[in-house]
Amino acid sequence: MTSPEHPKDVSNSGGARNPSDIVRSAIFDELVDRWLSKVAVLVAIYVTFRGHNAPGGGFAGGLIVGGVFVLQYLTGREPHVRFRTILHPTRLLGFGLLLALGTTVTPLFVGATPLESHIWKLDVPLIGEVKIVSSMFFDLGVFFVVVAVVLMILLSLGTRQSTVFGDEDIA
Amino acid sequence: MTTLLSLVVLLPLIGAATALVFRPRPVQRTLSFVTLGTSLVAATSVLVDAWSNDAMHVVRMGGWPGSFAITFVADRLASVMVVIALTVTLLVLVYSVGQKSAGERSAFYHPVYMVMSAGISQAFLAGDLFNLFVAFEILLMASYVLLTLEGSDAQIRAGTTYVVLNVIESMVLVTAVGLIFAATGTVSMAELPARLAALPDGTRIGLQLLLLVAFGIKAAVFPLFFWLPDSYPTAPSSVSAVFAGLLTKVGVYCLIRTQTLLFPGELNDLIVVVGALTMALGVLGAISHTDMKRILSFHIVSQIGYMVFGLGIGGTAAIAATIFYLIHHIPVKTSLFLVEGIIERDSGSSSFDAVSGLARRSPAFAAMFLVPALSLAGLPPLSGFLAKFAIVRAGVDSEQWVAVAVALAVSLLTLVSMTKIWVGAFWGDVEPAASVGVGILRRHALMSMATALVVVLSLAIAVGAGPLYDFANKAAEQILDVAGYVTAVKS
Repeated sequence: MTSPEHPKDVSNSGGARNPSDIVRSAIFDELVDRWLSKVAVLVAIYVTFRGHNAPGGGFAGGLIVGGVFVLQYLTGREPHVRFRTILHPTRLLGFGLLLALGTTVTPLFVGATPLESHIWKLDVPLIGEVKIVSSMFFDLGVFFVVVAVVLMILLSLGTRQSTVFGDEDIA
Repeated sequence: MTTLLSLVVLLPLIGAATALVFRPRPVQRTLSFVTLGTSLVAATSVLVDAWSNDAMHVVRMGGWPGSFAITFVADRLASVMVVIALTVTLLVLVYSVGQKSAGERSAFYHPVYMVMSAGISQAFLAGDLFNLFVAFEILLMASYVLLTLEGSDAQIRAGTTYVVLNVIESMVLVTAVGLIFAATGTVSMAELPARLAALPDGTRIGLQLLLLVAFGIKAAVFPLFFWLPDSYPTAPSSVSAVFAGLLTKVGVYCLIRTQTLLFPGELNDLIVVVGALTMALGVLGAISHTDMKRILSFHIVSQIGYMVFGLGIGGTAAIAATIFYLIHHIPVKTSLFLVEGIIERDSGSSSFDAVSGLARRSPAFAAMFLVPALSLAGLPPLSGFLAKFAIVRAGVDSEQWVAVAVALAVSLLTLVSMTKIWVGAFWGDVEPAASVGVGILRRHALMSMATALVVVLSLAIAVGAGPLYDFANKAAEQILDVAGYVTAVKS
């Protein structure tokens, strides 16, 4: 990312702040950072992987992780840094799409129709039989797409289009 | 063939995803050209097969049986539409690279453009109604982005109308699909004809009207056309060329599909009336404007009227004429918008107040406008004449005198408004400000080349009208043969 700094976050740029606000926001920060985000990510992973035979899946899991980012955004402290360092959302979006589409077209190479899924059964010591379905990769792709879209929305909030996705964005 | 047919839709999507990951502009451009080009090759081989072997190709995604799968069906009409749509998208892509607009420089232009192309192809190939709805959503989402990508005030304002109208359209469409599923228990186009026929008349007509409204908004027919002349002119010219050439035609195509396959011969009188009104009001709008892009946008509406009229007449001859019209109209309309784009780029405006004397500055450029303009008005020996002649003849055969009279009058008025553009922009003295040494064609070489190729494509349709008309006839016979479609797709 070479784009210029985002406009200063409005909630932090005010002058003197009420001390109780600071305390409250610190507690909120602590809560979100230390507990909620970690638990939510675990839940998201669980939801994503149970999605094959039970309610859940990549879309629901992606939304939960997206919700974590929204909470972090709401805490208001350096709202963008956390996810910028991982992967730029646009690239993440492309990656997720590629994963899903790759799963879609792979069956063509083995003479099946697109989107057809294959089931592998593995014997893992201690755990027992593990079933892996190829459509899981499609679901993971959806997961990344949803997370990326949430991030893109957060990045666009309160900015002009050019500062987020404009020309300087292209390497 | 299964592979090729699915790749037509999947390749542009993969290209779009890759272009989001690797974002340098040369990479994105290459990806666009390669994926759309390869799709075109794949689609052409499907078309050749459909033409020569009389084959109807069916792909069921995921290997699910019958109505559970996402089904792609490539019959003659669908495959020819896909081929011509991809050809035009590819040529407009060349143009947009030459246009050097702010839109094309955005990191999102190429991915979104490819997604739109995939949506268009999928809409043509869709073998069930829900899949069709998804295809519409894909192409609409992409079109929202393309329309507002440069983010000027006018674009945002027009984009709002466009988005709201199309969201309403989507809502009507998905409601219709839901109700059809509730009434018949299927959305597969191969199972629907029999099950719809078994419904009570009232229910069936209600469902048909819902679908007509949904596709009518998309195709911009009377009285649902008002959004089009408002929103298309604000987009960058390359984008409005694709919108004008292809998006409304997707609506017309869907009207043809549902009318011939799902509700054969029903409400035809209503469709004829709607067609006649669309023709008349569209051209009246065109006459009242002095901005080239707005005139051309109103012409889209008026031309759609001809196709709807042809569809309303019914019968093989009329449907064949409609299909021929549909095919001819895509390159003609696209090239007019592309010419307009060159004028706008060269002079900074496409209003008659600002532009004049183009014919003196560059006769060749003037010819690039004149050929499609006269074709649109329906002068022989251009493709537009053949298309209009076929529609009018079908109308005469079925004794739709009023609508035929409207069609002829509208054709004349189209010529009048084209003359207006000609007099306003091409005749007269060269604007002193614009009279810089270099010619228009040379200064915008890439754009002109792409435009010229689209014009050549429309001329090729006129030259090859004989075989093409035979093909349209065969395609019409095929889509009117509901039983044939049902057995081919079910088996």
